[in-house]
Amino acid sequence: MKEISELNFPENVRYSKDHEWARPEKDLFVVGISDYAQDQLGDIVYVDLPAAGSKIKKGADFGSVESVKAVSELYMPLGGAVVAVNTQLGDNPELVNSAPYGNGWMIKVKPDDPGEYQQLMDQKRYLATLKG
Amino acid sequence: MIGTTGLVFNEPLLWELGAPGREAYSLPSREVPEHPVDPALTGPGPDFPDLSEPELVRHYTRLSQWNLSVDSSMYPLGSCTMKYNPKTNERQASLPGIANAHPLLPDDLAQGLLRLIFDLERWLAEITGLPAVSLQPAAGAQGELTGMLIFYAHHAALGRPRTKILIPDTAHGTNPASAALCGFTAVPVPSGPQGILTLQTVADRMDDDTAGIMVTNPNTLGLFEENIRQVADAVHAKGGLVYADGANMNAVLGVVDMGAMGVDVLHLNLHKTFSTPHGGGGPGAGPVCVTRALEPYLPVPRVAREGSRFTWRDDYPSSVGRLHAFYGNFGILTRAYSYILSLGAELARVSRLAVLNANYIQAGLKADYHLPHDRPCMHECVFTDKRQQAHKVSALDIAKRLIDYGFHPPTIYFPLVVNGALMIEPTESETKETLDQFIAALRAIAREAEQKPELLHQAPHHAKLRRLDEVTAARKPCLMG
Repeated sequence: MKEISELNFPENVRYSKDHEWARPEKDLFVVGISDYAQDQLGDIVYVDLPAAGSKIKKGADFGSVESVKAVSELYMPLGGAVVAVNTQLGDNPELVNSAPYGNGWMIKVKPDDPGEYQQLMDQKRYLATLKG
Repeated sequence: MIGTTGLVFNEPLLWELGAPGREAYSLPSREVPEHPVDPALTGPGPDFPDLSEPELVRHYTRLSQWNLSVDSSMYPLGSCTMKYNPKTNERQASLPGIANAHPLLPDDLAQGLLRLIFDLERWLAEITGLPAVSLQPAAGAQGELTGMLIFYAHHAALGRPRTKILIPDTAHGTNPASAALCGFTAVPVPSGPQGILTLQTVADRMDDDTAGIMVTNPNTLGLFEENIRQVADAVHAKGGLVYADGANMNAVLGVVDMGAMGVDVLHLNLHKTFSTPHGGGGPGAGPVCVTRALEPYLPVPRVAREGSRFTWRDDYPSSVGRLHAFYGNFGILTRAYSYILSLGAELARVSRLAVLNANYIQAGLKADYHLPHDRPCMHECVFTDKRQQAHKVSALDIAKRLIDYGFHPPTIYFPLVVNGALMIEPTESETKETLDQFIAALRAIAREAEQKPELLHQAPHHAKLRRLDEVTAARKPCLMG
C-alpha cells in the first residue's frame, strides 16, 4: 500500500466518507471509488454493478468490489437513478486500480437532488479525514 | 532458519505413469457363478492407467509431501481451529461395524449406531448448556442456515415473520450469507472501542421487525463478548432470538454455559472444536443446539429412546425438515464421539491451554507486530502489518515468508474490521517449544521486513511452488483442466 502523499486526489471531484467520488457531467454525476480505496483494497478482481435504470438512495449500496483480500460494498454518494454503467469493468476490473477517476468509473447517476453534491467533501477535507 | 529446505520430488500425473499390463491389485477369485450382464451396462471401461503398486504408493506419498498439514507442522490458521486430529479417532471410525454400516439398516440392526448419535447429542447438550441437539447439518454454514430456518419458524409460529438480523462487524463472514440465504436482511452492528459489542449499539438497532442477532463469541478479534448477557436480554426484550456461532467454541469448552449466556441457538463445528479432520481432510459436521422452547423446530429425523431401545422418529410437525441425506456425516460424528470419550472431564483443559497458547504468542510478538487490541485474548490473537507497511511489506508477504520457516501461514486480512490483519490461532495441540519456534520465526521475519523487504516480496523461496498469481487466478479463472 502507498503513503497518502503518493496517491492521487483530483480537485474536480467530491468524495464521500465511504471513499466514493462523484464528478458532475452535464446534468449527471459520474461515480467511482477513490485512489485511496483502490489502494487499500489491492488488486481488484471483480466489480458488481447495478442494472441501468435502478433507483438507489444516497448511502444505500449500489454494488460491490472484490479484491484478493475481501469483498467491499459500494455506497451511493448521492441518490438518484443509475443511467449508465461502465460495462468495461466486466472484463477489465483492473481499470479501477489503474485509473480510478478515468476509465475505472463505475456508474452515471441522474440525481434526485443535485444539491447533495455540495454535501460531499472537497479534496482538502477528504485528505484531512484520510490523514486523521 | 527453523524450517529447513530439502529435496522435493517432482511427480507427473498418474496418466503419464505406468505401462499397459502393470497391476497394483489382484482381484480375489470369483465366489459366485458367472452371470451375464445387460449389454447396455458394458463397454470399454474407464481409461485408467496401468500402474504397479510401488508406482502408486510413491505417487501419493510424494504428493502428500507437497502438503502442509497438522501432521507435518503447526497450522495456526486463525478462526479455523486446526488442532491435531488424534489417530485414535480414525481407529474408532474404521471399526467394521461402524465403517461398513449401511444407512438403510433397520433400527433393530443399528442400535449401537443410534445410541452413538443419541449419546453424542446428550454430551453436546451438556457441553453447551443447550438441551436439544441435531447432528444433521453437514458443516458450520449449514448449521447457521438451520439456525436461521429455526429463527424464521419461531417467528412464523407466533404469526409475525420478521425480516432483519443483526450481525456484528466482528462476526464470522458466513453469518450474513446464511441469514441472506434464509431471506433475512443483515443489519451490521459496529463493535465498540474495546473490540466488543456494547449494549447501546445493539439496543438501538433491535426492533419489532428484527428476528434476532448472530453473535460469534469469542468474536473474530479473539475477544470475549463480555456484554453478551445484557445484549441477549435487550434482544429478548424485543421478542428476538440470539444465535451464537460456535466456530470459536475451542476457547470456552467446559467453561461457558451458552444457555446461561442467553443463547437460543448455537452451532458447533465438530471439525474444529472436536478434532475431526478438515481443510481437505474430510467433510465437516455442524450440529445445532437449541433451547427446549425451540426443540420442536429441529431437523428430522431424530433419534428417540423408547425404554432401552433407540429408534428414528420424524413425527415433529413444526420441524424445519431434513437438511442432509440420512443422518449427517456419520463418520465425522464417530470421530467427535471418540474425542469426547477420550478426554472426558479433561475437555475443559483443552480450552484453557488453547487460550494460554494464544496469549503466549500475543505476548511474544507484541514488541515486533502492531497489536490493535492490547488486552488478554481468548484462543486467537490478531496482529496487523502496520509496522511492516512502513517498509512496504504486507500481511500477505509475511504469511508467504512464514512458509519458508516451515509453518502454515495464519489467516490474513480477516477480520475485516482490522486493516492488514494477521490472525493467529495456535490451538492447544502445540508444545511450548513449537510456540517458541513460531515466535522466533515471526520475529526473524519482522527483522527481514526492515532489512531485506525484497526477500519477503518474493517469498516463499523454499516451497514446491513460489508466489502464486492469485490476481490472475481470480480475474481469469481457468475452470477446466
